[in-house]
Amino acid sequence: MTIKSFLFLTTFFYSSFALANYDVSGKLLLTGGATQIEGASGGGITPWAFIGGNGTKEQVGANAFYTSVITSDYRLESLGVLIGIYDRLELSLARQVFDTQEVGILLGLGRSYKIKQNILGLKIKIIGDAVLDQDSWLPQISIGTFYKENRQGATIKSLGARADHGLDIYLSATKIFLSESILANITLRSTKANQMGILGFGGNLNDSLELQFESSLAYLLTRKLAAGFEFRTKPDNLKGIKEENWGDLFLAWAPTKNISLVGSYALLGTIANKDNQTGYYTSLQIGF
Amino acid sequence: MKFLIIFFAIILSRSSFADSNLFNEFGDKEKIVKVVDDMFVFVFLDERIKPTFEKLDLVKTKANLVDFLCVTMNGPCTYSGQNMKRAHKGNEVTATHFFALTEALQMSMEKNSIAQRVQNKLIAKLAPMSKDIINK
Repeated sequence: MTIKSFLFLTTFFYSSFALANYDVSGKLLLTGGATQIEGASGGGITPWAFIGGNGTKEQVGANAFYTSVITSDYRLESLGVLIGIYDRLELSLARQVFDTQEVGILLGLGRSYKIKQNILGLKIKIIGDAVLDQDSWLPQISIGTFYKENRQGATIKSLGARADHGLDIYLSATKIFLSESILANITLRSTKANQMGILGFGGNLNDSLELQFESSLAYLLTRKLAAGFEFRTKPDNLKGIKEENWGDLFLAWAPTKNISLVGSYALLGTIANKDNQTGYYTSLQIGF
Repeated sequence: MKFLIIFFAIILSRSSFADSNLFNEFGDKEKIVKVVDDMFVFVFLDERIKPTFEKLDLVKTKANLVDFLCVTMNGPCTYSGQNMKRAHKGNEVTATHFFALTEALQMSMEKNSIAQRVQNKLIAKLAPMSKDIINK
């Protein structure tokens, strides 16, 4: 973590505590979700229908997050903020930095060549309440979008990507089956992003939007602790640079309303010709 | 995939017979009395809901709530208080208030060592009542 991002999180941390005395953070623990890798409220790799932050329908909430994924050959950092307005609308901003480490040399980019991407997210809750509607099967349903802008356009185009920016649109359905202590989520996403956009958008194998399926299932161990797994299918648009589906096993812990931590073991398949990328995902979220 | 199927099979097998004896899983009426007593300790520590409950006749409120929870869990009690809609009408209960009281109940159940899955089953029965309570 850089000094700048550390200072940013620290500032957010103290302002969250200052705000704790006001009418904020009305949601129950963990029911605002964690912040997923692209900056939206969700699990680790998948956005959920939750509106992020701890605000109820009368309140505004906000989060800052820092996530680090360290796999066998790479390192990905993601840092960002989101606000949740009246448990209806979520706006998020994230920056991802992908460190190619030794693979950078093989790709002819140089050791630890970094690919950076900015992601603007918007999510709107359409119907349902994942927590309160325990008497019906209707999940909470939200529609969301990510506008992604890769900052290393020339590089990723030389690897075969067609564009340096792209738009994902997704529909998420999340339900807490409280009497069974289970949270389930299904997300459908239209995208042409290669490795979330880190390797650009579209490619020489395929340059059209494809529908991807994502799912999360968690067991609520206590009101502060949940464990589960996720699955996310991905496109495979680049000739000669294989992309595979993602999965993870996670543990999410909210010791207080202001802090939540996610630790996970991530199975990310082949990334830029290095196969079997497994590793540790850790995420810290601070907010109100 | 196989893992998913086993996961759901376990969940379904557990849920099929669990509902009718939630009262027994919770304990007995004494246990509910204890949970409600402790819940109000947490309520009066919470500035968001403290003012509302300070105005009420606490002895009567507690007794009603014990019966209400007991009946909600299919226990051998009779609830003679008002229904949820009438009881909260005009009180301007917000979602924040509702969750604050839920939190007090959770903390009290935690303190009284009620198993997490039993806690969640009770909250699952109470949560939909928010429709008759919030903003009524």
